Amino acid sequence: MYFRTKKNKKTLLDRLLIKGGRIVNDDQSFYADIYMEDGLIKQIGDNLIVPGGVKTIEANGKMVIPGGIDIHTHFQMPYRGTTTVDDFTQGTKAALAGGTTMIVDHVIPDPGCSLVEAFERWREWADDKACCDYSLHVDITHWNDSVKQEVEVLLKEKGVNSYQVYMAYKDLYQMSNSELYEIFTFLGELGGIVQVHAENGEIIAEEQARMLGMGITGPEGHVLSRPEELEAEAVFRAVTIASQTNCPLYVTRVMSKSAADIISQARKKGNVVFGEPITASLGTDGTHYWSKNWAKAASYVTSPPLSPDPTTPDYLNTLLASGDLNVTGSAHCTFSVAQKAIGKDDFTQIPEGVNGVEERMSLIWDKAVVTGKMDENMFVAVTSTNAAKILNLYPRKGRIAIGSDSDLVIWDPDVVRTITAKTHNSAAEYNVFEGMELRGAPTLVVCQGKIILEDGKLQATSGSGRFIPCSPFPDFAYKRVKARKQLAVLRAVPRGMYDGPVSDFTPMSRGGTPSASARTSPTKAPIRNLHQSGFTLAGPEEAPIRPAGRRIVVPPGGRSNITSLS
Amino acid sequence: NTANIRIERLLIKGAKIVNDDQSLFADIYMEDGLIKQIGENLIVPGGVKTIDAQGRMVMPGGIDVHTRFQMPDRGMTAADDFYQGTCAALAGGTTMIIDHVVPECGIGLLAAFNQWRDWADSKSCCDYSLHVDITEWHRGIQEDMETLVKDHGVNSFLVYLAYKDVFQLTDSQIYEVFSVIRDLGAVAQVHAENGDIIAEEQHRILDLGITGPEGHVLTHPEEVEAEAVNRSVTVANQTNCPLYITKVMSKSAADVIAQARKKGTVVFGEPITASLGTDGSHYWSKNWAKAAAYVTSPPLSPDPTTPDYLSSLLSCGDLQVTGSAHCTFSTAQRAVGKDDFTLIPEGTNGTEERMSIIWDKCVVTGKMDENQFVAVTSTNAAKIFNLYPRKGRVAVGSDADLVLWDPDITKIISAKSHNLAVEYNIFEGMEVRGAPLVVISQGKIVLEDGTLHTTEGSGRYVARKPYPDYVYKRIKARSRLAELRGVPRGLYDGPVCEVSVTPKAVTPASSAKTSPAKQPTQPVRNLHQSGFSLSGAQIDDNVPRRNTQRIVAPPGGRANITSLG
Repeated sequence: MYFRTKKNKKTLLDRLLIKGGRIVNDDQSFYADIYMEDGLIKQIGDNLIVPGGVKTIEANGKMVIPGGIDIHTHFQMPYRGTTTVDDFTQGTKAALAGGTTMIVDHVIPDPGCSLVEAFERWREWADDKACCDYSLHVDITHWNDSVKQEVEVLLKEKGVNSYQVYMAYKDLYQMSNSELYEIFTFLGELGGIVQVHAENGEIIAEEQARMLGMGITGPEGHVLSRPEELEAEAVFRAVTIASQTNCPLYVTRVMSKSAADIISQARKKGNVVFGEPITASLGTDGTHYWSKNWAKAASYVTSPPLSPDPTTPDYLNTLLASGDLNVTGSAHCTFSVAQKAIGKDDFTQIPEGVNGVEERMSLIWDKAVVTGKMDENMFVAVTSTNAAKILNLYPRKGRIAIGSDSDLVIWDPDVVRTITAKTHNSAAEYNVFEGMELRGAPTLVVCQGKIILEDGKLQATSGSGRFIPCSPFPDFAYKRVKARKQLAVLRAVPRGMYDGPVSDFTPMSRGGTPSASARTSPTKAPIRNLHQSGFTLAGPEEAPIRPAGRRIVVPPGGRSNITSLS
Repeated sequence: NTANIRIERLLIKGAKIVNDDQSLFADIYMEDGLIKQIGENLIVPGGVKTIDAQGRMVMPGGIDVHTRFQMPDRGMTAADDFYQGTCAALAGGTTMIIDHVVPECGIGLLAAFNQWRDWADSKSCCDYSLHVDITEWHRGIQEDMETLVKDHGVNSFLVYLAYKDVFQLTDSQIYEVFSVIRDLGAVAQVHAENGDIIAEEQHRILDLGITGPEGHVLTHPEEVEAEAVNRSVTVANQTNCPLYITKVMSKSAADVIAQARKKGTVVFGEPITASLGTDGSHYWSKNWAKAAAYVTSPPLSPDPTTPDYLSSLLSCGDLQVTGSAHCTFSTAQRAVGKDDFTLIPEGTNGTEERMSIIWDKCVVTGKMDENQFVAVTSTNAAKIFNLYPRKGRVAVGSDADLVLWDPDITKIISAKSHNLAVEYNIFEGMEVRGAPLVVISQGKIVLEDGTLHTTEGSGRYVARKPYPDYVYKRIKARSRLAELRGVPRGLYDGPVCEVSVTPKAVTPASSAKTSPAKQPTQPVRNLHQSGFSLSGAQIDDNVPRRNTQRIVAPPGGRANITSLG
């Protein structure tokens, strides 16, 4: 906005040339110059013909990578009357400072409230404050007919293609297996991506009561009541339901080895499932829950919790490098110490979430590329390209190519930084990566064709971020799902009618209790009349049309004799 | 009188005694239903009936850990009652069965247990014991469980993860049931299938117009079985409760059990005769009655390599025990579901065929030796359910339940010749090697020369004590280790954010209403009354401190919340 006062200055700033960079995409790296105009990449190559006086950046052979996409943030999230300390301005600034040029935030409607209204509210907040492009996931916190209609509206008209459901937070957000089945079926048909927060909320509730009963009230109770098995169990269950309903699955926040193992096993069996480790699970572990400093211990509280097993980060980085896990987010959701202190006498009341949006790119570079687990191309894949593909934003985002958005980062693999709450761009007092020394950092960040970070100085503009709509049926997930749908046609066995004796029975005991989901379930018609179904027992080769109720005396293929033992 | 005495004494000469650990040649002398002597050149009373084994194998009689004789289902009763069922068991070399008590909702476990005792006591021809199924969950059930364990010799309870809105329990309820079972020293059995998904799939498949038995297997995919096994393993680990999976029907479910065992979970898997002997391709039979005869849950896997896979896991010890889940319905009874597969009464035969099928599939093929055969057909079952060494072993002092086994007999299984009341046999036409020549139950010969000499009502109820060593030694050790402690910290005295009323507590916990394991007072927990001290054990513990007094400088120095240490 500031630049629009002088027109010629705007033109100058919107044109940008990066010379002598090594372009790194997820498939290859090559040396070329990049010319950008109006927020788009216009030319790539050597000896480009560009207008005179264009601002030129000398990359000196450094890597130029697509800006990171943080696929999971919770900026400005309302929580019991308070709000997370990083709003969309603070949060996107931190993102840009770390080399991330797009974020995808989660809309969390209160259970019982309208999804569209919540979505519009988040849009307002973000349009007002975001400094980089953003997109939104919508969380489904309750399920009924009107939610179903709203999801359809959001998917078809509002540009939301991913929806998160919760298997945890009993009596608040948690969905039953039947509801999950219905949501998965529904989204599978409309081309959405189902994201799950995978933890078994029922067992957690029991364990929490047990821990509090034993007198364990501090943050260590959080991790003790949420063992990693419960995460793995829920992932397993989600995979099963997704496979039954032929719906692509996305597991948010992969925090433990066992959960990651289940995802990689499922992928080996052919399931369409994506796993998202977050900055915290890739960078630190859950030993800090036992810190004697309550405030420090509480700052690590997030769900699923960080694993107390210190070898977990290394393990998850390896799976990320091998392609068993695909995308990385930060699940950035920061609360001040005073906010965390709501749960000072009861760990179940501690607001959950950790930082990570700023540290994500550097941390993965340090843990995965510097250690030789992955190359720079894979780094681009897991920090931006795969996310863009899942969100159906590829190649607009996640790739340096002509026509793509000019969201770029010049990456210096040799910069060494020490992470500390004293210097980070988040408003929180604690940083879960405190004291960690990381190699690799952005030296220049270009977002929407504008230089946002240069020489360590951040020049972000609140409200400049645009909402990027995501369309349904992303190829990356749905090509396979569509092919399987065509194959999965089920046929009944054509048989003669059974005409032998039938025992008397009391139909009471099985149908006695009304089905719990029938009350609220939107996908089911309550009364089904089998006789009205178009299916004929005699099979497809049957030519003459018979009255529906008439008994078939001699069906085609001969009468089946029920007492024969063939 | 003399006849009586003669029958109660029995000598087997020249036997190769096969136990689960070794085989040895010796004579066996039995009296009053017990094995009295084992060895060579035994001194026995004159005129005792003698069987010459001629070097053939004598092994412990089989224990069928899973039967459902005479089971009521919607006003019908399973075709094989305790008489017919135990006759079939004995004919196949099984000398003890453990049946499942299935209480109808609202009846109570104890009443149902007594009902089953009545039925079995009047009809059973061999010793029996009873598992009790938990089909609902409230305080009365917990009390019934305690009584059953303490006074009635029940040490195993089965919960259902399937049969939505009938028997199915929620995860929270299962957590509570498992906790109670562990405290009682019993074994938690699980019917593992995800009932929620099955219910959804049933609607879908019926809507597609698929109403025949093939719909049964289409709506119970094996993944859904594996998922439930995985979930019950998780809950069992959390509650430190021993777990027993009944009816392992698929590769994936067996794999989950094998993996869990490798991770150290105390879990046992029970494949059944049907899953070891046949597969689910028959659900597509054009003969409705035949297809319906295979309907059981979890269903037989349509993958024809499943039986072979399960026998391999049984041989290597990843699966441990075998039952038959024998629960037979006549064709007319099955026909209740002729227009809707969800109404077909479930269950297959297998109590008579169990021993021979395992011998044929596992021992003849060289997967296991005769000792492992004894382990999976009787010894392991006796150990898990605390019957060992009274049952499941040929030893001095053990019950005289023996089988003289001939590995060379070849039989063709057929509904025409089986000892069952039903028209179909799911193993029809199968040729199996290995069969019992002589069966001795309670010291009496019940099978000889192909003829059964059974006595209705002669079977005794065998009470089982809690805390079977085979299962609970590990559980007890883990309970001792699993003590959790809070971190002693200074009191947090920094600023605390104001919050609106917590939305978390708005909805009452659904399980709190009925849960017997929770004290009703628990929702209102006063942390200040707990004996736990945040400051931990410190040198100044002897200094009395008022309960509500704020600790300004706690021992170990004030926890400075803004420091980053």
